[in-house]
Amino acid sequence: MANEARKIVIPSQMLGETKTMKAGRGTFVDQGKIYAERLGILSIQGNVIHVLPLKGRYDPVVGDFVIGVVEEAATSNWMVDINAPYPALLHVNEVPWEIDFADTEKYLNTGDAILAKVLSVDESKKLQITLNDRNLFKIKGGHIIEVESSVVPRIIGKKGSMIALIKKYTRCRIFVGQNGRIWIDGDAEGIALVQQAITKIENEAVTFGLTDRIEELLKKDAKDVR
Amino acid sequence: MMKSDIKLINSEGKRLDGRGPEDLRKIKIESGVLHRADGSCYLEWGGNKIYAAVYGPREAVPRHCQNPLRAIVQARYNMAAFSVEDRKRPGPDRRSVEISKVISEALERVILTEQFPRATVDVNIEVLAAEAGTRCAGLTAAGVALVDAGIPMRDIPVACAAGKIEDQIVLDLGKLEDNLGQADLPIAISPRTGEVLLLQMDGHLTHDEFNKAFDLAVRGCHIVSDVQKQAIMHKYQSVVAAEVQE
Repeated sequence: MANEARKIVIPSQMLGETKTMKAGRGTFVDQGKIYAERLGILSIQGNVIHVLPLKGRYDPVVGDFVIGVVEEAATSNWMVDINAPYPALLHVNEVPWEIDFADTEKYLNTGDAILAKVLSVDESKKLQITLNDRNLFKIKGGHIIEVESSVVPRIIGKKGSMIALIKKYTRCRIFVGQNGRIWIDGDAEGIALVQQAITKIENEAVTFGLTDRIEELLKKDAKDVR
Repeated sequence: MMKSDIKLINSEGKRLDGRGPEDLRKIKIESGVLHRADGSCYLEWGGNKIYAAVYGPREAVPRHCQNPLRAIVQARYNMAAFSVEDRKRPGPDRRSVEISKVISEALERVILTEQFPRATVDVNIEVLAAEAGTRCAGLTAAGVALVDAGIPMRDIPVACAAGKIEDQIVLDLGKLEDNLGQADLPIAISPRTGEVLLLQMDGHLTHDEFNKAFDLAVRGCHIVSDVQKQAIMHKYQSVVAAEVQE
């Protein structure tokens, strides 16, 4: 997609016809014509038209790594807010600890943050998450910031280039959840710098050459640190 | 409707505020103005000043109001106590409950609710200043706020009114025209398909007059629709434009 300008589309905007093109994500078909169903960026891959959302709630997908905040501890499960339209269920079988009946609050309580994986999404959009995977844990310390879930791919960058860059210059532990929550752990200066960089990425998400500009920003501030 | 000595249309065919019979009042729309809402819009339409805020989709509570197959749309239209000349008694009244209901149903028709079972999309429409045609202005603002919230929808709903004053069909009634005129016909449409989302009428119109007023209001809707689309494009195109200048 080289240097072709990113085109913004709005709902009900006509994008093509089903005779020549196929309707992909974020589009709908009415009488042989393809329309955008939401505000987003037009992306044409081969003969498939997609609209990548610019704003909107996180849409959970099985296998996504997310950052959740526990809302409620019940006797055999927790309800966790993962920024989706619905709360996610975390069952006691899906955590790495042995838990006695009704002892859930000792391990996770209201307000605790966890790094979790989406286990299942059923047709009525009931969500389940799990902590039984590598690198999943209860978050202690650090900061959690929220961004639009649509800019997460930009924060991670191509093959993790952007996130690697930020980590290199700030020496912080960073984890970006697919649901738009970002956990940062490190010294106060580093956290402030990460926040600054992420705000810039969020504001300029639809522009080109962003990685270079972020590197510039980080280098400038990194001078007085080193 | 009252009898009065005020001439609503003068000998040159101009209305009280200098408009011709088929002119709209001035409209200004800005999207994404409220920080804490998922989507928002500020709209000025003549003397109307309206904020619309969208929250969701999120789980509907209480549970018994959830629909297991699709999302529900809960619009809440509210007029501020200071929005009219005489202080309005705050809180929901018969009129605002009715308007909330018809707006909810109009929006439900365009939102792709089947993508969000058990959820709700909440739309708050707050009228800060009122000068006739607030339900149309509120619905128009809600349409922009929904797009700003990134909610999947079939079309951007838009509303406009036509009416009858001095035995003549005119577009977009002002305050005095509404109070002293003979009829008011607010409609909302889906501009892509021309589908009618809302149609109400106050006063009396003959069959021919109704058809004429309806066609005029539809034409008004299409003009307002362009203003809506420009407002959304302006907000998000600016990000791309900033990059070109660099």
